[in-house]
Amino acid sequence: MKLEEKKNQLQEQNLPPHDDNVMDEEETEAVSPWRDGWKQLRKNRLAIIGFAIILFFILVAIFAPLFTSYSYDQQNLADRLHPPSEEYLLGADHLGRDIFTRIAYGARVSLQVGFFAVTGALVFGSLLGILAGYFGRWIDMLISRIFDIMLAFPSILLAIAIVAILGPSLENALLAIAVVNIPIFGRLVRSRVISLREEEFIMAAKAQGMKSGRVILHHILPNSVAPIIVQATLSFGTAILEAAALGFLGLGAQPPTPEWGQMLADSREFIQLAPWTLLAPGLSIMLVVLGFNLIGDGLRDALDPRMKN
Amino acid sequence: MFAYVMRRLLMLIPVLFGMTLITFSIVHLIPGNPAKVILGEGAPAQAIADLEERMGLNEPLYVQYGNYIMGLLQGDLGTSLKSKGEIAQEIWPHLAATMELTFFAMLFAVIIGVNAGIISAWKQNSWFDFLAMVFALIGVSMPVFWLALMEQWIFAQELGWLPAYGRQDSRDPIAEITGFYVLDSLIHLDFERTITILKHLVLPSIALGTIPMAIIARMTRSSMLEVMKSDYIRTVRAKGGGQFLVIYKHALKNATIPVLTVIGLQTGVLLGGAILTETIFSWPGIGRYVYEAISFRDYPVIQSGILVIAFMFVIINLIVDILYKKIDPRIKY
Repeated sequence: MKLEEKKNQLQEQNLPPHDDNVMDEEETEAVSPWRDGWKQLRKNRLAIIGFAIILFFILVAIFAPLFTSYSYDQQNLADRLHPPSEEYLLGADHLGRDIFTRIAYGARVSLQVGFFAVTGALVFGSLLGILAGYFGRWIDMLISRIFDIMLAFPSILLAIAIVAILGPSLENALLAIAVVNIPIFGRLVRSRVISLREEEFIMAAKAQGMKSGRVILHHILPNSVAPIIVQATLSFGTAILEAAALGFLGLGAQPPTPEWGQMLADSREFIQLAPWTLLAPGLSIMLVVLGFNLIGDGLRDALDPRMKN
Repeated sequence: MFAYVMRRLLMLIPVLFGMTLITFSIVHLIPGNPAKVILGEGAPAQAIADLEERMGLNEPLYVQYGNYIMGLLQGDLGTSLKSKGEIAQEIWPHLAATMELTFFAMLFAVIIGVNAGIISAWKQNSWFDFLAMVFALIGVSMPVFWLALMEQWIFAQELGWLPAYGRQDSRDPIAEITGFYVLDSLIHLDFERTITILKHLVLPSIALGTIPMAIIARMTRSSMLEVMKSDYIRTVRAKGGGQFLVIYKHALKNATIPVLTVIGLQTGVLLGGAILTETIFSWPGIGRYVYEAISFRDYPVIQSGILVIAFMFVIINLIVDILYKKIDPRIKY
């Protein structure tokens, strides 16, 4: 409780100067920025739709075995390219595998890839960003130049380069996506740290004799959480899209893993015979990415309106 | 202005240097023996030794990197392992194909995106605004490769309106001059061919341009809304300026800066997306060149292809930066 209060207090201190009216309003309401953000988020209908979409796919991913009697690699060659029916809800693919089952298990793959890639990028990006922003000088020079160079490559291209080095597999695709997203978090955290470094409460903490590690952990990080959360949500969608793109190019998940991008690549040649084999995987990718984008936009408006532009 | 351009060019050097380090490492970070990986399991020792010799893999790393840089400075992008041809020569037609495609994709994205954004801001909260923003949201989340496949299915296969593959009618190839087919056909004064070539451009350009279009539309809308609130717009209105004049002559100019940033950044998305789009539409561009090289483990082509695309991206962003300064002289660096 105490910690929570302290955190809120710090956040309020860090708010940009308001005009008097706004200040009054905030004082009378006396809500924390987090609770205020949550209140705003609940009012945002699009964000709620986003939450619903993602919740749906999370449930599908967790309970995949309950929804279907097939396994994702079970082949019924007699039913190749079977159109959607009672037996095969979304049809069967070119090897007679149930597409619905593969989509459901594919949700596991995509959400996991998104989660681990973003977490990896977030952890390493934040660490590098803090190092660069807090210590400045040559450390900042070095890290920022590395970020510049990485961002000089279109992200999917850099991911392709990394997978070309390590060899195609789902794990390597995940690693590649994490790596290409590191500079995005790194830059965000760096700029946040630089602006915070000059704040009075940080100087006060330092003046009290607090060590760098403690200042970073207790003051800088909690104050950088909002933009990081927003970026992580948006990157979650991008990461899933990138994983699907790598899968589609044959550089990500390998058969028989039910990965949506790879499913699209498999079905490509049957576009004329069995277009339904292409519909479900594509729509799933789009919906999940849309869901994360909606939540991300909503979070940004609620938590950090300054990021809007 | 000249000083500014020179300074920006100088700042480019470390970035370009870093890029070559990354593309150089593509071969050298391969776990194990690169020559063995390239030739596959069970390759005879002699073949591996030959390849190492040919690619200079026996030299110390710094010598290899030095040679690589010296080669690049002389315009030598290496030799393809598959075709044995000079990559610098092979890559040019592919580069032209990609540039033509990205140009039309960007044209589509900017024209539709900017105008949709303007109308959305103009008629804020109207049904048009709502629909445009819903489309933009969906567009941002759309996997390029899925959109491309759906286009092929609907417009090429079901409706038969547009061709699904290639840059031109393969039975009647154009006599190349510049490598930009639209331009070439115009030079030949062969307008029928121009139409055929433009038809081939429609589906891939739309597929490739949709994400940037959506992002540009959203950016234009928010930046227009911001500008429309400013005092000088109120003044123009007070002077009796009509809505059209206010928007296209006065507001748009100041709303352009953030939009331009997005356009510059989106070029990267376009160039990256080109790999997927070109693969699907059999577009003989640099993306497809790299993609095919990946399946053949033709590492020199992968290296050079990626370097050339990244180079294009950097140059386009440089041009965008210079344009900023031109549009908004207040910008100082």
